[in-house]
Amino acid sequence: MTTLPQNTKKRLGLAIDLDTCVGCHACVISCKEWNTSNYGAPLSDVDAYGAAPDGTFLNRVHTFEVKADGSNAQTVHFPKSCLHCEDAPCVTVCPTGASYKRTEDGIVLVNEADCMGCGLCAWACPYGARELDKVEGVMKKCTLCVDRIYNENIPEEDRVPSCVRTCPAGARHFGDFADPESNVSKLSAERGGLVLMEAQGTKPVNRYLPPRPKADVSGDAQIDMPNPFLTPATTKPEGFLGWLDSALEKI
Amino acid sequence: MPPIAQPALDTSPEVSDEIRKTTCYMCACRCGINVHLKDGKVKYIEGNKDHPVNKGVLCAKGSAGIMQHYSPARLKAPMKRVGERGSGEFEEISWEEAFEIATGWLGPIRENAPEKLAFFTGRDQSQSMTGWWAQAYGTPNYAAHGGFCSVNMATAGIYTMGGAFWEFGAPDWERAKLFMIFGVAEDHDSNPIKMGLGRLKERGAKIIGVNPVRSGYNAIADEWVGITPGTDGLFILALVHELLKAGKVDLEYLQRYTNAPYLVNSDPKSPEFGLFLRDKDDKPLVLDRKTGKPVAFDKPKVKADMAGTYKLKGVTHRPVFQILAEKYLTDAHTPEAVAEQCGISAERIKRIAAELAHVAFEQEITIDQPWTDWKGEKHDKMIGRPVAFHAMRGISAHSNGFQTCRALHLLQILLGSVEVPGGFRFKPTYPKPVEAHPKPHCKVTPGAPLDGPHLGYVRGPEDLCLTGDGDAARIDKAFTWENPMSAHGLMHMVISNAHAGDPYKIDTLFMYMANMSWNSSMNSTKVMDMLTDKDESGEYVIPRIIYSDAYSSEMVAFADLILPDTTYLERHDCISLLDRPICEADAVADSIRWPVVEPDRDVRCFQSVLIELGARLGLPGMVNEDGSATYKDYADYIQNHQRRPGVGPLAGFRGKDGKGKGRGEPNPNQIQAYIDNGGFWIDHIPDEAAFFKPWNAAYQDWAVERGLFDSPQPYLFQLYVEPLRKFQLAAEGHGKIQPPDHLRQQVKDTMDPLPIWYKPFEENVVDLEEFPLHALTQRPAAMYHSWGSQNAWLRQIHGANPLYVSGEIFAEHGFKDGDWAWLTSRHGKIKVPVVKMDALNAKTVWTWNAIGKRSGAWALDEKAPEAQKGFLLNHLISELLPPKEDGMRWSNSDPVTGQAAWFDLRVKIEKADPGDQISQPHTKPQKSPVGQGPKNIAYGEEF
Repeated sequence: MTTLPQNTKKRLGLAIDLDTCVGCHACVISCKEWNTSNYGAPLSDVDAYGAAPDGTFLNRVHTFEVKADGSNAQTVHFPKSCLHCEDAPCVTVCPTGASYKRTEDGIVLVNEADCMGCGLCAWACPYGARELDKVEGVMKKCTLCVDRIYNENIPEEDRVPSCVRTCPAGARHFGDFADPESNVSKLSAERGGLVLMEAQGTKPVNRYLPPRPKADVSGDAQIDMPNPFLTPATTKPEGFLGWLDSALEKI
Repeated sequence: MPPIAQPALDTSPEVSDEIRKTTCYMCACRCGINVHLKDGKVKYIEGNKDHPVNKGVLCAKGSAGIMQHYSPARLKAPMKRVGERGSGEFEEISWEEAFEIATGWLGPIRENAPEKLAFFTGRDQSQSMTGWWAQAYGTPNYAAHGGFCSVNMATAGIYTMGGAFWEFGAPDWERAKLFMIFGVAEDHDSNPIKMGLGRLKERGAKIIGVNPVRSGYNAIADEWVGITPGTDGLFILALVHELLKAGKVDLEYLQRYTNAPYLVNSDPKSPEFGLFLRDKDDKPLVLDRKTGKPVAFDKPKVKADMAGTYKLKGVTHRPVFQILAEKYLTDAHTPEAVAEQCGISAERIKRIAAELAHVAFEQEITIDQPWTDWKGEKHDKMIGRPVAFHAMRGISAHSNGFQTCRALHLLQILLGSVEVPGGFRFKPTYPKPVEAHPKPHCKVTPGAPLDGPHLGYVRGPEDLCLTGDGDAARIDKAFTWENPMSAHGLMHMVISNAHAGDPYKIDTLFMYMANMSWNSSMNSTKVMDMLTDKDESGEYVIPRIIYSDAYSSEMVAFADLILPDTTYLERHDCISLLDRPICEADAVADSIRWPVVEPDRDVRCFQSVLIELGARLGLPGMVNEDGSATYKDYADYIQNHQRRPGVGPLAGFRGKDGKGKGRGEPNPNQIQAYIDNGGFWIDHIPDEAAFFKPWNAAYQDWAVERGLFDSPQPYLFQLYVEPLRKFQLAAEGHGKIQPPDHLRQQVKDTMDPLPIWYKPFEENVVDLEEFPLHALTQRPAAMYHSWGSQNAWLRQIHGANPLYVSGEIFAEHGFKDGDWAWLTSRHGKIKVPVVKMDALNAKTVWTWNAIGKRSGAWALDEKAPEAQKGFLLNHLISELLPPKEDGMRWSNSDPVTGQAAWFDLRVKIEKADPGDQISQPHTKPQKSPVGQGPKNIAYGEEF
């Protein structure tokens, strides 16, 4: 059993905007691409061109439908990766000490040299955010691109996780939740950032910014408009042409 | 217990040895990419932050480029067929032998009957080069994939306003306050749209998504309009009705920038009924509001009247706007009249119309930027109507698609929201009026080039591509009375027509980068039969097929000669202003691809092969006087070819000093200059030229300077398209060139000079009670056509494609998840897995496009889910409408442009016995000429 740090100096994590995520999977593949040739063992693909391809991914997008009786159904795209919990059960359950939470920034990592692939951590994680690599036999998870965010070989503006840099819609934001002035803290405060499955008590760092209400579901036209309908330009006997003539006169 | 000491971690590893910047080709979006190389291998691909298209972001496809570049499905060497067509049995040959075979076929055809070569290219975006080659060869039978893609959108846009969506223009993402997006799945211009939607969200603008399916972009729209397929035009014209009735149209904009004031002959008995009144210089006339007299439309300082009429020699002439208002103010266009058909309540249509009007006119935006118009009139500011629109195949891939796209442009223009701040903006080389485009050409001379460019914009019946007998001059019957404005050709009809020998037989079919035996054809099963069909003498009905592709696609199996192309990282390319450029609304831009890695197989860039083939055939422009080749390869052509003096494939870094912008003599270091600049060139439009481009003198002058035009081309938007009326007038019996009688009514009914809506043709030929449902495909964001399935990463996202069925239909048929269904159309029957989806128009079923694969293709296991559970709707769609009494073949296309009417499809659904859980039809496997991909991969191990 591995101990968690009492507190971390920073609480690095992601604010993911569910109002903007179109479910394009750009983050999923960019993550795979970066991480398969960086931190730790590659992310393998078993039966890659076969009947049941099964690869390791650190980030996946799930799509859900939400429908209340009598209203239109909504589609929600939900990207999911490790939430770097403060009370991370995946760390405390680890029998070898391979899983740990960094004291300096709160990133939860697996030290692959010490991982024996028992899978207890994946079982303990309520979010299903860890995947055992079938070829290497070690546990893989989101590293928050720890080898990008401090990397001096990368231009400073690009020192963010690969998924954040690539997101076409700008739905992924990276920052320090310990700093109330950070971009992610402010976004989360403004938009009512959600804690995923709060009742689990894992205290995730990542936040989800919820979708805004939809006009076709809530019935709210969502526009500052005094009259919901247009009124006829004219009711005079000269009709449309009469209106047109007088309107042209004003130009 | 204290925490175990944290392991030491290198947080600053070297990323790569080198970054090479080129252009993505995982789809047609043309993003800039940084390719990181380590030990000569591709390690990581990310978006190029400086690039105008994607500004650093990259989609799933782009990031999966590594897997495409190292795909096991890559062809390895030229091949000739040794088994039966379709079997996939090939023998590798040398390039020399491949060239000898190809010239042995193409040389004699050119000398005797060049039209016996049909050369059609796919999604390559090198059409300015392939078209040039085909013109030099002399066949009239050339086009690219636009006919089965979105020619309705392009053609309607160009005839109406001199440009359309995507490459032609974009919403003003930075200023729009209300954005309506019609019929766009997650395709075409994918990253710019996602970036733009993100910007709109950030700024709190409202997004209305109109699409039967609430996936992707529609999922995040603030309001979703789950319209019934094929009724978009009806919905749009009801919005037009509402706006006109309330007088919420931009009259000054219409008066200044459109043909709304043009005088139209309104005497039904006149042979010029419906044509514009013109002066002796052939200029259309408008009424001067001050004098009441007709004057040329372009006379300065005239305020044109739209309320009066003008009588000349007993004939009344009315302004376009009056005819237009009368047409759309009728009861047929009220929200109440269309609500049920569209599946949208009348209240909602009215409310959306009111929102459009509110934002356009009450939330007007102003930029303090003086500008001068084409008549010399000065304006002290730029006034914008911040309502923007975008649309794509959802509205265009119907037999009423052309007119629906026209209707959308009418709506945009009535609101005064085109080329203004906050609205829809053109990207250079657009705006560009019909007059600045060529007409189509088809005059064949054996042994000589064609008389001009193949594709263009007809102005009237005299421009059709007909033989002396009135038959189609082209194998695809483009530019005939069946589809007079088929500006992109009809690639989807080529195999079917060649097989039927209608209008004539061909000898060689030469195709590039289009999977025409599979997902890019309607009626795939029958198309495969046509490709393999033999005549009485045992010869193939389509005698010879040459195909070029980089990968072992389904089409490869049907070719006699294979010319293997490179991957996109191994080749030169230019994304040219002569073709489909990457410009932004604020800038002109173009870009290149270059071999960031060298091929490790015996493959060649197709365009280089075409250039060598041209030289071996002695085609003009490709050989010097001494018979030697003019261009060494495609890169040499890109750098040195001149289309007009000083204007070539690449606009940047021209001239000996590399400083020429748009114009200048060839620069021997031009490609290197592009490489040094990150793979692209960009030049910003001056602020005073940034809006009102069709009418902005500064823009027009700038466009001439940059070589986009040779003289200014100002023009007015054509709400009323006179060329359409000319075809209609002919169909009414006027003029020398007459349509055949069987097409007369169709031309009259569909080529209305003002936008109309009519029922998709399929609905007239099927029993709607028997086939009550609409069936569609959507393009997934993480896949591009058939290419993605060979990609080990992307196929894990979309490895199979269920049929999504609305909750209502699901319940009605007692389906459960995991069930299978028979889906039947008038043409065919397929067995497919079903999944319930509620966020869907209740009368619609849909699936992802092009996921289903033929067993043995793409180096996949024959038991791959793509081939077992994956399926194509294509089997249900015929390229022809059912026979009528006249015995003619009626194409299942838009009657104006010939665009494939994919989305007209009507079906019925029934529960099926899951049986072996394999989708039907299940095509016999093809043999893979490249074997099968490895069992497991762990890419990146070596780094």
